[in-house]
Amino acid sequence: MQPRRLIVEWLAQDRGGHLLLLFVLAAAVLVPICNLAVPADSPLHVSTYTVTLLGKYLCFALLAIALDLVWGYCGILSLGHGAFFALGGYAMGMYLMRQIGDRGVYGNADLPDFMVFLDWKELPWYWYGFDEFWFAALMVMVVPGLLAFVFGWLAFRSRVTGVYLSIITQALTYALMLAFFRNEMGFGGNNGLTDFKDILGYNLQSDATRIGLFLASAIALVLGYLLARYVVRSKLGRVVIAIRDAEARARFVGYKVEHYKLWVFVLSAVLAGIAGALYVPQVGIINPSEFSPLNSIELVVWVAIGGRGTLYGAVVGALLVNYAKTYFTGALPEVWLFALGALFVVVTLFLPKGLAGVVTLWRQRRGRRREAPA
Amino acid sequence: MKALDGLRATMRRDRVFDVVNHGRRPVRPGELDTRHGPILYLEEVTVSFDGFKALNDLTLYIDDGELRCIIGPNGAGKTTMMDVITGKTRPDTGTVYFGQTLDLTRMSEHEIAGAGIGRKFQKPTVFPEHSVFENLELAMQADKRVWPTLVARLSGEQGDRIDEVMHTIMLTEHGPTRAAQLSHGQKQWLEIGMLLMQNPRLLLVDEPVAGMTHQEIERTAELLNGLAGKHSVVVVEHDMEFVRSIARTVTVLHEGHVLAEGDMDEVQNHPRVIEVYLGE
Repeated sequence: MQPRRLIVEWLAQDRGGHLLLLFVLAAAVLVPICNLAVPADSPLHVSTYTVTLLGKYLCFALLAIALDLVWGYCGILSLGHGAFFALGGYAMGMYLMRQIGDRGVYGNADLPDFMVFLDWKELPWYWYGFDEFWFAALMVMVVPGLLAFVFGWLAFRSRVTGVYLSIITQALTYALMLAFFRNEMGFGGNNGLTDFKDILGYNLQSDATRIGLFLASAIALVLGYLLARYVVRSKLGRVVIAIRDAEARARFVGYKVEHYKLWVFVLSAVLAGIAGALYVPQVGIINPSEFSPLNSIELVVWVAIGGRGTLYGAVVGALLVNYAKTYFTGALPEVWLFALGALFVVVTLFLPKGLAGVVTLWRQRRGRRREAPA
Repeated sequence: MKALDGLRATMRRDRVFDVVNHGRRPVRPGELDTRHGPILYLEEVTVSFDGFKALNDLTLYIDDGELRCIIGPNGAGKTTMMDVITGKTRPDTGTVYFGQTLDLTRMSEHEIAGAGIGRKFQKPTVFPEHSVFENLELAMQADKRVWPTLVARLSGEQGDRIDEVMHTIMLTEHGPTRAAQLSHGQKQWLEIGMLLMQNPRLLLVDEPVAGMTHQEIERTAELLNGLAGKHSVVVVEHDMEFVRSIARTVTVLHEGHVLAEGDMDEVQNHPRVIEVYLGE
């Protein structure tokens, strides 16, 4: 089977996905041109601030895909997915901290500033290896994956499901937040990791690096989408949906439900970790508030609004809600939380399948009308 | 006691007959052996719940390829019997053998299903968001571990098998239909089809026609009749007309015990059956 044919097959019957990928690819071509080549006084110019903002949205979109895999397809409502995102972010943050070298406030080449401040004498063992990018990149996937594996193994084996599982995931991210707030943990306490200088030798403040990170996010989103699409189109994807709809029946037919749930959960955590790792260099900081349960709940709202159970819906939800958030928190900051809450209530009551559901319904109606005269 | 145990071991059905069967291919352990006719042996099975005997010294044989109907008033022990066969309930005393060699009382539910006993429950449960075709695909015998499932592709042979089963369960035109959109009767057939995909030797079917329309009942009778021969089928049913239309042999259960066995006319004219059913 040729790779091209495979990709064509994955993307069959996925109009929303086609449009979305086209949109992301167009953005990946146009945004760098408008930022770097178009002069600053032209109306077509895209500021570096906007580039970074868009890059952030793309990371959130990848995170939404990750959550949609477990929630929309496998029926596991995780209210702690922000934890995997934050862990990926911390792994990247640790690499960026090591890149600072002796350019910190204290000029200590061996220790990050916050450790000097705490009067630590040597680097804790779990910081070893983060001088190397490849190691950090590996940890970005391994740490969230491992946590998801251990947590999922315990939870799914004990057949914890539904609202109980949601509460435990919430507790997980909350516990991690409290832990990361502690200075003794060695992750910078409540200030987190910040003051990053460069990544792979490129200055993080330069426009070109920002564009590079934006492109990396776009590529990660496209690849993440394709991977998720491959998974949900495979027989495994059908088994996972079967588990969502009739778990006992799936077990009776002979599938080891726990293994499937665990597999999807770990994959999702890894994707979330990658999203977090791309997010951190663009915003320039990672701190324990990323673990806050509120973030994870907001993430659920994106997916719910976009339409769970459709990958493009999750992405659209993430992009729209975050754009709205940027707009509202700028223009009417006091309204935003109410707007978000109202949006969630409206979607839950009237659009159980989110915006993607509306699109599907509209297309069905149009299809029927077309059939009717014939 | 040791001598007695040794004697018992030599008297075990499967051991004794192996001598008699000298010269034929020996049956490997774990393989289903139906060379003597029956596929299912229930002997002197007793199950009690808090002193109530749901099954009382029940002895029943099902032949390979047979279609057998089990009838009986409520509380006669029909469902308990199914539970004992599928390993959900363990008998207090008695033996349950699948073929000559497989002791069902020592196997887990999962192993029993794997050995070739499929059970259809009363209430149909299918995967609602999947098409009929996909439902059958998911139920198909295959490597069901995670990684092989991720890369699994449907072979032509498997596709043919699904088409064949769709034909058997009369849902050929409904291949792409979402299971949630099927009628109640069609869902029941689909569930039977899902059992067939696992190539069971023995099918246990619990009240298949409850809630079906008249036409659906007729077609279900055709379906079950068509399955007999290739599979052994045990049907538990209340609907007498339906039983009459499919049954060759009927077993009447009463208070956990076999009251009568024979063809429909024999059973219906049996004085004890009349007494139990009419309460005289």
